[in-house]
Amino acid sequence: MTEGSSDGATSGGSYRAAVSRRSLLTGGAVAAGGVLVGGAATAADSSGAGLSSPGATLIASSVEPFHGPRQAGVGTEAQAHAAFVALTLRPGVGRVELGRMLRLLSDDAARLTQGRPALADTEPELGQLPARLTVTFGFGPGLYRAAGLEARRPTSVADLPSFPIDRLQPRWSGGDLLLQVCADDPITVAHTQRVMIKDSRPFATVRWVQQGFRRAAGAEPGRTQRNLFGQLDGTANPVGAPLDTAVWTPDGPDWLRDSTTLVLRRISMNLETWDLLGRPERELAVGRRLDTGAPLTGAAEHDAPDFKATGPEGLTVIPDFSHITRAHVTDDRLRILRRPYNYDGTPTAQGNADSGLIFASYQADIARQFVPIQQRLAQKDLLNEWTTPIGSAVFAIPPGCPPGGWIGQQLLG
Amino acid sequence: MRHTSARGWAVRSAALLAATVLAAPLAGCGSEDSSSTAAPSSAAAEPVRIEDPWVKAADKGMTAAFGTLVNDSETDVTVTSAATAISPVELHQMAMKDGKMVMQVKPGGLLVKARSSHKLEPGGDHLMLMALKGPVAAGEQLSFTLTLADGKTVAFSAVAKPFTGAGEDYVPGHGESPAPSASAKPSATAKP
Repeated sequence: MTEGSSDGATSGGSYRAAVSRRSLLTGGAVAAGGVLVGGAATAADSSGAGLSSPGATLIASSVEPFHGPRQAGVGTEAQAHAAFVALTLRPGVGRVELGRMLRLLSDDAARLTQGRPALADTEPELGQLPARLTVTFGFGPGLYRAAGLEARRPTSVADLPSFPIDRLQPRWSGGDLLLQVCADDPITVAHTQRVMIKDSRPFATVRWVQQGFRRAAGAEPGRTQRNLFGQLDGTANPVGAPLDTAVWTPDGPDWLRDSTTLVLRRISMNLETWDLLGRPERELAVGRRLDTGAPLTGAAEHDAPDFKATGPEGLTVIPDFSHITRAHVTDDRLRILRRPYNYDGTPTAQGNADSGLIFASYQADIARQFVPIQQRLAQKDLLNEWTTPIGSAVFAIPPGCPPGGWIGQQLLG
Repeated sequence: MRHTSARGWAVRSAALLAATVLAAPLAGCGSEDSSSTAAPSSAAAEPVRIEDPWVKAADKGMTAAFGTLVNDSETDVTVTSAATAISPVELHQMAMKDGKMVMQVKPGGLLVKARSSHKLEPGGDHLMLMALKGPVAAGEQLSFTLTLADGKTVAFSAVAKPFTGAGEDYVPGHGESPAPSASAKPSATAKP
């Protein structure tokens, strides 16, 4: 199931072939270690050690590439679980120290993503089921300052303009270095987070951690994710060539080429006031049907919305204030790739939910792509009635690295 | 130093072959063991090699290095001494003494039997760095040389990892956390 990721598809044929072999081999290595996977399951079945659920072990042993021109975890089909870990660099950490830190962390990621324990792993058994683990590194504005490389910071990786709808809290905002850890198994995410925080401690403190989830791996293959409002979320995402155009920086110096940017917003969703709406009102707020995700003018999820179509009263079928009207862009260079995760905190004593979305938006240029969309949404999007941004952070997602290399080497090396 | 190392794969590919999958294309993928930095070209010639070497980062005092010694040859190999520029090194083992585990010099050196491997790990045999001349910072590479009973030497490089365990390696009163700054220190060094 890992091979359908658009990440691999966009990374060039020969590289992809190597990745496929590696996935297969790593699966085999895990099998040799005692866990039955893939092709090995057949032989095991005949020996009486068969699996009741072969699909489950495929999920556990599936591997995403770590090395390559672009980092994984962006174009990669979203895994079920995620932890976004933002770190604050300690005073005195500069270019040299960052190099040492990122060598350690890249080595951890290179091993764990391939189903091998980290070096000096204190719980090596937890490092053996990669479950499509990806670790994506993000560099906040503070990292460029610390390294004395302000001139190499992508211009749009800077504090966002403030939006009138924002109620941002420092505890969910900012960060010098981001570790985005995603996998189809929550123990794999927890172990990876632990290993990487331990290796970060000499260099950085933990600023915030946001943990999120989607449907279980394999529950709805290929299906757009649902948020906790019950909406399909991400229908308009670019795929294939349009994704490349929207997300990846195609040229420039080697620390910029094949990079992207991430805007991470924590969006609180008020399930209490959402409960007060009837189903038609909920659908008008978004402009889509809740069941199929189809635009109100269409029948299937991916039908193009017709913003001009009018109903019996002469009003547009998809209201001007709807989310999809405000967010709609057609030029691939202006689109964003959203890869959100749900969060669900502890309800209050009165039973009021603490739920929302960890909204992860990837784009080549934040100022060109994310900001104009967000400005239109902030001005007039009916969903603002029930949603509140409470955290915000921006990061450059630097290029990937070859085997033996480390993330950030083009910038800091 | 950051080259692709083919060595890590040698052992793994044995397991892979056992799993009846194609191992041949693997060489092109390489290993990402940035910490295993001994020259891969001489792998076959060396009587013993070390996989996944690492050293516990430390500000001062003592620390230890670990890894897996692998002997692919048909004859037993004994490591009689180890050296690194930053500290004198002793070959140590952990042993039960008066009801508790203590470290002591390994008599006769480290024996790596033919076609087998020998783990150096926290709580077991290790290379003890007895008196650091300076800090071993997390992420730094330290060069080591092992000397074998027949006089041959084996060089390797180990990366320094933040690690709060392996406290048993230190004589009482010398326990040090590896974190380079006071605020980075976890509350206490683990003791058995």
